[in-house]
Amino acid sequence: MPKPVPTQQLISDLLEGDRLALARAISRVEDDAAEAARIVRAVFAHTGRAHLIGVTGAPGTGKSTLVSALVESYRASGVTVGVLAVDPTSPFSGGALLGDRVRMTGHSGDAGVFIRSMATRRGTGGLAKASADAMLLLDAAGFDRILVETVGAGQAEIEIASVADTVVVVEAPGLGDEVQAIKAGLLEIADVFAVNKADRKGAARTVAALEMMLETGGAAAQTIFHHGQRMETGAATSETEAGDGWSIPVLETVAVSGGGVDELRDALERHRAWLGESGARTAREGRRLDHMLQTLVQAEFLARMERTLSPALRRDLVERMQRRETDPYSAAADSMKKLSP
Amino acid sequence: MKDSQIRVLVAKPGLDGHDRGAKVIARALRDAGFEVIYTGIRQTPQMIAEAALQEDVDVVGLSILSGAHMTLCPKVIELLHAQGQEDVLVLLGGIIPDEDAVQLKAAGVHAVFGPGTTSAEIIDYIRTAMAGG
Ligand code: B12
Ligand SMILES: Nc1nc2c(ncn2[C@@H]2O[C@H](COP(=O)(O)OP(=O)(O)OP(=O)(O)O)[C@@H](O)[C@H]2O)c(=O)[nH]1
Ligand SMILES: [Mg+2]
Repeated sequence: MPKPVPTQQLISDLLEGDRLALARAISRVEDDAAEAARIVRAVFAHTGRAHLIGVTGAPGTGKSTLVSALVESYRASGVTVGVLAVDPTSPFSGGALLGDRVRMTGHSGDAGVFIRSMATRRGTGGLAKASADAMLLLDAAGFDRILVETVGAGQAEIEIASVADTVVVVEAPGLGDEVQAIKAGLLEIADVFAVNKADRKGAARTVAALEMMLETGGAAAQTIFHHGQRMETGAATSETEAGDGWSIPVLETVAVSGGGVDELRDALERHRAWLGESGARTAREGRRLDHMLQTLVQAEFLARMERTLSPALRRDLVERMQRRETDPYSAAADSMKKLSP
Repeated sequence: MKDSQIRVLVAKPGLDGHDRGAKVIARALRDAGFEVIYTGIRQTPQMIAEAALQEDVDVVGLSILSGAHMTLCPKVIELLHAQGQEDVLVLLGGIIPDEDAVQLKAAGVHAVFGPGTTSAEIIDYIRTAMAGG
């Protein structure tokens, strides 16, 4: 085995735009929490420039194909793009088959594009734990737009709303009961809807169903959304967000031919401009950083718990409870005291 | 906390549409706990090398049943080395005559697996190689 490149070297190469260094840094951030801390600390001052776009939607709606078409459209306008494509880790083997890349093969030889596949590993909500860090690295490496494709999402996979500036929800005609499919969770997080596979019949109906929902349920959905965010982020969010001034567009796309994709890109650029003008960009970034903070503190707590509350110690406490010398609450309180340092 | 995973690129270079073997291997490697990036068919050596770099893989697995392995494999290896990935394990599967396999191994292919190879043999090979053996 060859000697690994020192982390310090990787960081400085990455900041100069070295692609192999970027790729290796993403692996280290995925593989090792201590390395993640070291690398993110060093690059964080160089982040905050990129527009972070999440692409989510039910399995098979055409997310990967659409991401690839968007990359092409962005490149035609001279903007550089980093892509993070997340697929699920098998709960049985711990392995993963990352297949999104099959739909993203048209960008060979273009230094303005960088595509990385990522397995969810132990992450939940349709992303990996390292997704947010990888986005920071792509940002620090200088990419103007970062597209993140989530795992094919149901209603629980809405983590993307906590890490992106703009969320595109991809729908496709013929997914059964449209209204049901749309209602479930994703409506609340969409900034832009793409009704993909618009070459198939039923697209107009899906668009109409979505527009109807936005008209009738839009306000209610925003409230739920805000409540969700408030509960999650507490004081960090000022309420200048969504609702005022942004009306969610519903666009038809045909990702396989590129139809409607420039219009989708224009909508994303309009949303980006709106985020800046309305102050929502700052609010969302605050929410995102607050979310990262909480996640990291939680992870540290868990790690500390595993370190201090050894199996021997736990066995001892359990035996004392069984002898009725102590009770579960007192045992927990004693254990908490051991965690403090 | 450490959570290292072996990452494998499975690619089909050239105009070869025989993707059954590549898909079988990709799934078997996933089931063995590897993270497998599948690129699909009709990849040029440039596309494969680029994917290997962006994905920072430990292993590049090529599947070739078209007979074009003598030109495609050395090209992929040359590109991997040129971009600083000399340490990547390169495996080849498909229809490869023995005398070609000998030459390709001299050119930097680490192992060749023909029809009938079991997944277990391939998995063992990768695990042993990754353990530094
Ligand atoms: C099924 C098959 C087809 C199917 C392919 C279906 C598909 N989507 O895959 C169809 C009917 C489409 C087809 C078409 C053709 N075929 Co055909 N086909 C076969 C056949 C009978 C079996 C291949 C197969 O799927 N085997 C099962 C899989 C599991 O085995 P495998 O791919 O070998 O993989 C194993 C190992 O090689 C290894 N492995 C493979 N890949 C990898 C990758 C890695 C990383 C690793 C570690 C290991 C590994 O592990 C696997 C498990 O043991 C072979 C004959 C044969 N006995 O191999 C001919 C064969 C490959 N075909 C052949 C030919 C000529 C063609 C055509 C050109 C015929 C024509 N004139 O139209 C076309 C070309 C199609 C194209 N676009 O490329 C020739 C190739 C000759 C050559 N190389 O010199 C063969 C050898 C038949 C022959 N004896 O002439 N074919
Ligand atoms: N007819 C038609 N097919 C499309 C369109 N976009 C994508 N597809 C096809 O839909 C299938 C799924 O596309 P993907 O891009 O892999 O979908 P995905 O949402 O990324 O899938 P997962 O990542 O597995 O959830 C592929 O066969 C695509 O070719 C489209 O606009 N029209
Ligand atoms: Mg996909």
